[in-house]
Amino acid sequence: MKGLGVADYPLAETRADQIRGKRGVALNDITLAAVMAGVVTMEDLQITPGALQDQAEVADDAGRPTLGLNFRRAAELVAVPQDLIMSTYELLRPGRAKKMQELVDRAALLREQYHAPLIADFILEAAQVYEKRGVFTYRF
Amino acid sequence: MSETSRPNRWQRFAEWDERPLRLDRFAREDPANGFSAFRSPHDPKPGIALSAGKIAAMDGVLAHDFDMIDAFIAAHHLDRRVVEEAMAIPSETLARMLVDMNVPRSELVRLAHGLTPAKLADVVSKLNALEIAFAYSKMRARKTPGNQAHVTNAKDDPLQLAADAAVAVAYGFDEVETTTRVARNAWSNAVACAVGAAVGRWGVLFQCSSEEAEELRIGMAGFTSYAETVSVYGTEKSFTDGDDTPWSKGFLAAAYASRGIKMRCTSGAGSELLMGFHQSQTLLYLEARCLCLQRGMGVQGTQNGGIDGAALTATMPGGVRELMAENLIAVWLDLECASGNDARSSESEIRIGAKILPYLIAGSDLICSGFGSILAYDNSFNPSLFNAEEMEDYLVLQRDFEADGGLTPLAEHRALDLRVRAVDAISAVFEELGLGHPSQDMKASVVMASGSDDTRSYSPGEVAAISAAIQGRDITVIDVIRALARRGFACEAQNLLNVVKLRVSGDYLQTSAMVRGGRVLSAINDPNDYQGPGSGYRMTEARRQDINDIRDVLDQDVVLRAEAEHQAGEAARIAYPVAGPALQGAGADEVVIGISPAFGLKLFQTTAGHKLSEVLRVLVQGIESRGLRARVVRFRHTADTSFLGLSAARLSGSGIGIGIQAKGTAVIHSAARLPHNNLELFSNAPITSLEHYAGFARNAAAYALGEAPEPIMVPTRGEGMGSRYHARVALIYAIETGLIEEGAAPEEIRLKFLEGKR
Repeated sequence: MKGLGVADYPLAETRADQIRGKRGVALNDITLAAVMAGVVTMEDLQITPGALQDQAEVADDAGRPTLGLNFRRAAELVAVPQDLIMSTYELLRPGRAKKMQELVDRAALLREQYHAPLIADFILEAAQVYEKRGVFTYRF
Repeated sequence: MSETSRPNRWQRFAEWDERPLRLDRFAREDPANGFSAFRSPHDPKPGIALSAGKIAAMDGVLAHDFDMIDAFIAAHHLDRRVVEEAMAIPSETLARMLVDMNVPRSELVRLAHGLTPAKLADVVSKLNALEIAFAYSKMRARKTPGNQAHVTNAKDDPLQLAADAAVAVAYGFDEVETTTRVARNAWSNAVACAVGAAVGRWGVLFQCSSEEAEELRIGMAGFTSYAETVSVYGTEKSFTDGDDTPWSKGFLAAAYASRGIKMRCTSGAGSELLMGFHQSQTLLYLEARCLCLQRGMGVQGTQNGGIDGAALTATMPGGVRELMAENLIAVWLDLECASGNDARSSESEIRIGAKILPYLIAGSDLICSGFGSILAYDNSFNPSLFNAEEMEDYLVLQRDFEADGGLTPLAEHRALDLRVRAVDAISAVFEELGLGHPSQDMKASVVMASGSDDTRSYSPGEVAAISAAIQGRDITVIDVIRALARRGFACEAQNLLNVVKLRVSGDYLQTSAMVRGGRVLSAINDPNDYQGPGSGYRMTEARRQDINDIRDVLDQDVVLRAEAEHQAGEAARIAYPVAGPALQGAGADEVVIGISPAFGLKLFQTTAGHKLSEVLRVLVQGIESRGLRARVVRFRHTADTSFLGLSAARLSGSGIGIGIQAKGTAVIHSAARLPHNNLELFSNAPITSLEHYAGFARNAAAYALGEAPEPIMVPTRGEGMGSRYHARVALIYAIETGLIEEGAAPEEIRLKFLEGKR
């Protein structure tokens, strides 16, 4: 099946009925009345992995493969809790990990528990370059 | 000239010393120490080597020796399918393709996926400033230009932030960026700007520049919709000194997208130099590395064009051209470009105006990143290239060049209404959420104030408590939307909800996305399709009219209304009854004063503001003071000063006449002289005094008496040609010429002065 393309964009206009927030509430049902009734939460205003995959297909079709790949990495991070995201970011900063193994372990955690192979590969790639460039070093 | 009397200085240099320009200090080109925009022996030669489908060397560095930046670019930016084809094209050819309207943008973007940093820098360095601006206009990703505002103040006062955000929205900014004076105030600032930006219309994206982790948390609470402070650097050492790596920033890019938050990176010339790790390489080459990194990470866009290093870059030869060149690389790499113009890079207003012009004409995704929509002293990012002080200058530049700079003039009453509404809205939110109870005095002071010096509102310390409460109580945008709606701000509640809803579909995560008229507009559904005149972005007539609608413009009705205010007063002072056709005078003791068609009928004062009755009175008195008679004649066949004067002279028994237009321009003519070859001319009506007119009349009488008087000089320093007069003078003159009747006979006027002594 051919994926989405630039003709399908903006998805909120062409596929409004299929776009849903994290809990499955349709975009069109996220109304001010629903907010006032207390049935809309912040979760309903969160993007889904599916929406990011859709945007990745649009980006690919527009000739922007690196942007598409970033959306695919993002799709993997949707389910990753905020604290784990922030600590992974922290671990990738220079000198936070003192040994390559720390990044390798983090990659494995994200690959196995959060089904995030692209993110895991990205971290492993960083680990190898950090090792070669001496980034696993004392900074503070 | 002897040595003792030889002056030690030409005074002109002392005068130049006093100009604002001399406050700018300029740096000598010095590649070894990092001070070179385009040329350095330490820049690598462009090159690529592939081995078994892998990058074996790039820009003269073997893969084994790649630093982190090279490694990231080779792995993520360079597309192996096009790299050999693209790198084989001579730089001169690529440079010509950039400015060739027949080479489509898409083809150049395809090739850019295979170009190394050194190659990109080499190509754009071959373009002059005009070619760079043109190529930028052709290559930028989205067709419709936009603009971004800074909204901050020196007290982090949320009431003022809301009011100023609402005003920025009304001026047409597509994004609002705030930051804090006190880091703890970030939550309060974000809420205030989110609420203010929801007043009037929806669709303005907002961000609060703060520490990376905090910025992401504020975004997740729904108080911001984009981020742009994810900085990257062009040398490995400055990158790690900035406490990041290409991979940590790349991870952050994915993290923002995973939360449905739009993001762009930031980079700019001079940052490596400021951080002390420039590798003796040029600003442009280092920036090309930054930009290839950003495309490799998969961010949709960049804030580049010097940014914090813009002022330093502008001290170097070609520095401003370099800022344009790096922006061109950004759009060639198909990145959204928030093109700098966000730091005051000079003390000279001429350099400031010149800096913005190419961007204004070429257009940009976000011309400024951002424009200081608040007074310079309230800008917590430091003063921008343009600030609230210069807002109207910018609006006029748009009008001058019929260039869409993204902004729309705002009527004074509308601005005040919006400020009231925004201050009431944020106050209601504070009250509903138990965050504060702003007094009427606080609110009124903010609504009126031009800047925070004039407000009696929250102090930074009080704001810190509000900010801590928002964060500590886990208040989200849902709470704020509810608070707005409960207190009667349903429109604002809906507007804010609409912005947060953008993140569900993620449409605004695509390249160069903004919201216009309630729709996401990006490089996908509004791609730049420039292919020569008539293509690409063109203003609609409606948009052109919006831009033209600056305040306080003149037209004939305005001029006539202003003149009509003086009509009754003049009618009480003077009358111009017609006593039949004017005849040839016989006596040598008369001087004829020829007045213009609208003189005293539709126009009642000179451009200097003298009542025409007063002017005629002193002219008549001046002539009479030499024992001669003044005869007044109205000409309706011409309004030209020279012909008024010559026609008057021809009717005059003495052969000397004065011609005068209602605006005050006057001439003394002799019947014996050719047209325009007058005896004396007062061409500087705006600075001509009644004493000058009196002297002028005495001289006319002197010529009639056969004397050779000293001509009356109106001392001028060019004031009369000031641009304040041009439109009015032309409109006045059109009123005069509108009354002309071909061949109309001169009319004898029995002038009557109705008050005071004659």
